[in-house]
Amino acid sequence: MSIAVYDREVSFQEIYQSVEKKAYYQKLTTLVSIGAILLYFVFSIIQFDLGSISRKWSPERASRLFLDTYAHKDHVVMNWKDTSKISVNFEGDYRYQYPSFPEWLERIGDGKDIAILTFNSGSKAIFRDDKIIFEQSKSEDRKFIFGIGDNGKPYAEAYDNDGNEKDLPNWIRVTESKVEVRPSLYERIQIYKRKVEVHRYEFGWKYFWFDFFSPLKDYSLPEALSLIFSNERIEPDKTNFELVFSEISDNEQWMHGTVLFSILETLLMAVLGTLLASLLGLPLAFLAAYNITPFKFIRFSLRRLFDMLRGIDMIIWCLIFVRSFGPGLFTGIFAIAFTDTGTLGKLMSEAIENADNKQQEGVKSTGASTILQHRFGIIPQIMPVFISQSLYYLESNTRGAVILGAMGAGGIGLQLLGAIRTGNDFENVGYMAVLIVLLVTVMDQMSAFLRRFLIGIEKN
Amino acid sequence: MCPKKRGTLLLLKKNYFMSQNAITIESLEENLKVLARQRAIYSVLFIGAIIFIVVSGVGVANQYNAGSFTRGVENFFDYPADLFSDAFEAGWGWFGIVLSFIPALFETFSAAVFSTVVGASIALILCPLATINLSPNQVTVQIVRRTFDILRSFPELVFALILLYLMGKSIVPAIIAVTLHTIGAMGKLFSEAIENIDMKPVDGLKSVGARWYQIICFAVYPQVLPLVLSYSLLRLEINVRASTILGFVGAGGIGAYLTASLQWRYGDEVLAIMFLLVATITALDYFSSYVRHKLIGKISA
Repeated sequence: MSIAVYDREVSFQEIYQSVEKKAYYQKLTTLVSIGAILLYFVFSIIQFDLGSISRKWSPERASRLFLDTYAHKDHVVMNWKDTSKISVNFEGDYRYQYPSFPEWLERIGDGKDIAILTFNSGSKAIFRDDKIIFEQSKSEDRKFIFGIGDNGKPYAEAYDNDGNEKDLPNWIRVTESKVEVRPSLYERIQIYKRKVEVHRYEFGWKYFWFDFFSPLKDYSLPEALSLIFSNERIEPDKTNFELVFSEISDNEQWMHGTVLFSILETLLMAVLGTLLASLLGLPLAFLAAYNITPFKFIRFSLRRLFDMLRGIDMIIWCLIFVRSFGPGLFTGIFAIAFTDTGTLGKLMSEAIENADNKQQEGVKSTGASTILQHRFGIIPQIMPVFISQSLYYLESNTRGAVILGAMGAGGIGLQLLGAIRTGNDFENVGYMAVLIVLLVTVMDQMSAFLRRFLIGIEKN
Repeated sequence: MCPKKRGTLLLLKKNYFMSQNAITIESLEENLKVLARQRAIYSVLFIGAIIFIVVSGVGVANQYNAGSFTRGVENFFDYPADLFSDAFEAGWGWFGIVLSFIPALFETFSAAVFSTVVGASIALILCPLATINLSPNQVTVQIVRRTFDILRSFPELVFALILLYLMGKSIVPAIIAVTLHTIGAMGKLFSEAIENIDMKPVDGLKSVGARWYQIICFAVYPQVLPLVLSYSLLRLEINVRASTILGFVGAGGIGAYLTASLQWRYGDEVLAIMFLLVATITALDYFSSYVRHKLIGKISA
């Protein structure tokens, strides 16, 4: 069988063959490219020593970090030498010592038991002169005894319901100098030679609004806000309104005032940087477009200037500016403005060159001057591109400003870097991360809204 | 009468004769005036707002900046001059310094390539689930999309700093952080691209009883492949910058050398690293725009 193609006869077999050949080569290309990518993965896994993740990854640290971001803990410390004194500190900070026992720690003092600590799960730790008795509230109702033996070393014993001694579960680790007990994420008991330390975790951020030393620390936020409208002053020399807000913003642990100000700084950096870039970029773009500027020399030098501004990365600009302006907002603003002047200038000069010249001719035919021709012939055409690009850069610069902050331009990036480097305040890290994500999302939504509002182009 | 106004009047007259309702020229003129005034007010407000933001922002910045603005402007060229004089002192040896940093640059670059490839592959596998016209059910669409959103809006720096704390200093945390961000960003772009594909090949394959994965492989991916490649190239450029920055905060590569040289104030080394970075990014920029033009030409052809 055969068919006529143009002026010659082609047999079906020939067509089949060519189709099959093509399919075969396509299949081969696909397989080879997938194989190449897999090979590259293997190569990279060896090159970057990705296997070391499992070695370096410490699950204990990770779980502690994760727990710290959403929970707070109280430390209960008892010295074996002087068991009458039990100190309860918030987050283990020596300054945040509770003046009296909280409700979950009951002082007994009947000669046998000193105090009973109740965990959130209902498990109990009973403090005695020479040992700690830990009773689990789970179905098995098991009992553990930890203490210091006669040889001065800490020990651990486990008993079942009938009082028979059992093997230690794997969440109890006994070493020469320490017994580490971690029955659940929210409970931790450490027995040292000199003292016993119990950590009791609770869900949530405590003292989020008012810090430990605040006169308002026992108030919840709605209660505190309702105080504003009452006439009785808590501090005689301040109105309640001032007191509530100054206490919130001066919160020692969460530093709301500082954090919000840094967020504002970051935002200011992004907004001012982008604004300066747009204000500089648009006129320069006109000068760099061939249908506006007849001088080749100006166009050429501006093009190269844009290339330079764009090519030198934002980080490098940041490093240069940090030397001249010092750490602060100007560094970030100018780093963003310089980079984006280059990018916007290039984009806009291309947009101007691609603008339809019929409108300009129309304006020209009415006898308008050159400036009016550009104003009414070209600017209306490039305005949508300009606005949407500027808004897009504003959005991406918000993210960039966070990073520039960490590299010396201040703002929330620096605060975050500081909080992570101390390695202690992960609740603050979590808080700031949430704020950063919120900031980025809000800017994202706002720029999308403004774009729709100003240009009137629906998404998709 | 200026020509513009006469034109408007002619148009108005034409409208007047054509319309059924009796609209006087005076009322139309009045309308026009009101509109023009409104426009003028908006423009003035807009310009005023911009001036206000710039002036007050610069004021705030000047107040909280460590150095002052005027001193900064005066000193602007000091640091680049220092760098260049250091490099000049090094003489021909400077080129040796540049060469000596190439392995570190390669490390950063290959980290960026790896995270781009992995991120793009994962995004490519996930994105059919995030498109309304292809996904098996709507719940998956929402879940995958929100995941992309979260991954995208988390700056790499946050991920990287946390992972650096957990894993110690190496380039692996940077790779993971950049990969996660890439998944989010590319997933969104790819799923938008897939939403706009021609559905005829999909229907054709459905009609011959193809399975879901076969439809994806043979009707969807071939249509978006050029776009995927061009986005990936664009992303590679972004990722090279990102991994440099992450190196700066502790994750190896050329960023780490840059921190060290900056702290030791070795101007020649700083300039060498800056030169390498600028050269790499510019070269990538040209390469990717060249390839993208080719690929996009292929799409439109």
